[in-house]
Amino acid sequence: MRQTIAEKILSEHCGRRVRAGEIVIANVDFCFGQDGTSGMIIDSFRKLGVGSVFEKDRFCMVIDHSAPSPNIGVSAIHDKIRGFAGEQGVKVFDIGSGVCHQVIPEAGFVACGDLVLGADSHTCTYGAINALSTGVGSTDLAIVLASGKNWFRVPETVKVIMDGQLPKGVFSKDVILYLVGDIGASGATYRAVEFYGEVIDALSVDARFTISNMAVEMGAKCGLMRADRKTIEWVKKHSVRAPRPVEADEDARYIETRKYDFSDLAPQVARPHTVDNVCGVEEVEGTPVDEVYIGTCTNGRMEDLETAAKILKGRKITRGLKLIVTPASRGIYLDALKKGYVETFVKAGAVVNNPGCGPCVGTHQGVLADGETAFSTANRNFRGRMGNPNADIYLGSPATAAATALEGKIADPRAHRRRL
Amino acid sequence: MANFAHRLKIKDNINTDYIISGRYKFKIQDEEELAKYIFDDIEKGFHEKIETGDFLVAGENFGCGSSREQAPVALKASGLRAVIARSYARIFYRNSFNVGLCLVECETNYIDDMDELELDLQKNIIRNISKGVNIGIKPISAIMKKFLEKGGVVGYFKEYSGFEDVL
Repeated sequence: MRQTIAEKILSEHCGRRVRAGEIVIANVDFCFGQDGTSGMIIDSFRKLGVGSVFEKDRFCMVIDHSAPSPNIGVSAIHDKIRGFAGEQGVKVFDIGSGVCHQVIPEAGFVACGDLVLGADSHTCTYGAINALSTGVGSTDLAIVLASGKNWFRVPETVKVIMDGQLPKGVFSKDVILYLVGDIGASGATYRAVEFYGEVIDALSVDARFTISNMAVEMGAKCGLMRADRKTIEWVKKHSVRAPRPVEADEDARYIETRKYDFSDLAPQVARPHTVDNVCGVEEVEGTPVDEVYIGTCTNGRMEDLETAAKILKGRKITRGLKLIVTPASRGIYLDALKKGYVETFVKAGAVVNNPGCGPCVGTHQGVLADGETAFSTANRNFRGRMGNPNADIYLGSPATAAATALEGKIADPRAHRRRL
Repeated sequence: MANFAHRLKIKDNINTDYIISGRYKFKIQDEEELAKYIFDDIEKGFHEKIETGDFLVAGENFGCGSSREQAPVALKASGLRAVIARSYARIFYRNSFNVGLCLVECETNYIDDMDELELDLQKNIIRNISKGVNIGIKPISAIMKKFLEKGGVVGYFKEYSGFEDVL
């Protein structure tokens, strides 16, 4: 029986060879919650009546969604998280540590071949380092916390092969936006996606995270990549655990195979109010923008800040426009300081936030006014996402965002290709 | 007592941000209170139409987006007997049965707003009394039914002290 990556990882974690469609109980290598979900994880865990967590080194909580706390309600949740962490002896990444999806792999909790559950929908991010990771709700996570296990439906897999060389000014964000637009918001529901091809091979691990991060935007359970030399190096640099790379068998059964050539791909933009409402940047060029946000678990990594800094260096953003930059982790923040990117941003007129989710979830640090338009490097543009249902959100790459900040309207980053 | 179908103006891809906005999920811990804000960003006051035992009816990919469990919790607390949709997003699907909210998968084009409905999980049908038709539903798996019986996965887990005898 030939197997996909998801079938292999789930087989290894449940102790028998399984295939798509089966329901299995599997051991989970690592699990976590963030400040929007951990309050309910703790409540559900208490209701289960189990005294202590299954293994304290295999769970952590990250305070990133509303951090530092903007109000009394959130402060109470943060307090509850810290209290539980102290009581159970588990790790908490407190305010300023960064976004969970950067902090967790950076801290070395994820290695190739792992099965990871997070109480956050973008947990699929670690597929980029060959781990089957997926998002669940708080009660589901509490079940893992109590038992070290959960039930899984072994997913069918869609194979996506992307060949060609990306043109200058076109990035992994443009690739995944194009795919979400093409496959649709529910086109891969319940399924795993495996990404292959020259495009993936040429990308850095940081850029690959952007692609796996948004697999959930087409409904997928996970967005997996095979481990190459770059993956192994990345994992070894961050984790003490040995990577256990998992490859799909050559004639594994896929529910669908899709092939693309991205040699002529233009920068892509998702228009309000769904992520799959995607077009080339030329179709929306000139749309006036009030706020630009560069950051998040999709695009707050070092390369993303570097790209934005190259475009913004020595220049000023449009008067009246708000530019908010949020590094994805403390480590990235420090690197960006050392390399002078933070100075570039501040001189250009940006506000640089502490590492975390920033204004992405709409609870703080840049809530939009009625009628305002934002251009963001995040992964979602649902109505109300940035805190106001009467605002519009466009999504694109850090390069498109930086170019847009300079013009005050959506702009094509390829105009700056000499700087990139 | 008669129970009715409620439809939103948006049919497909209703995300969890729409079900319960991020503005409220942090602020409100009380379930009954949270239920007053369902669909607040797309149809203010929607919860007022719902009476205990009613149904919410939608199209494709209901519950996509964020993993927030407050979404099914708020829907359940609003008094809904079940959600009826053509398909569901994966995390929402798990979360719903985990918190004891019943999800039914079937063709929903023949259910209009305020149709009177009856759900029969034994025969796997919905009776649309207003239209005089029966609609076949996808059978709910044995595990999910057990979760519903116990009011969610927590009740189940406590009763069986784990998962082992589910499968």
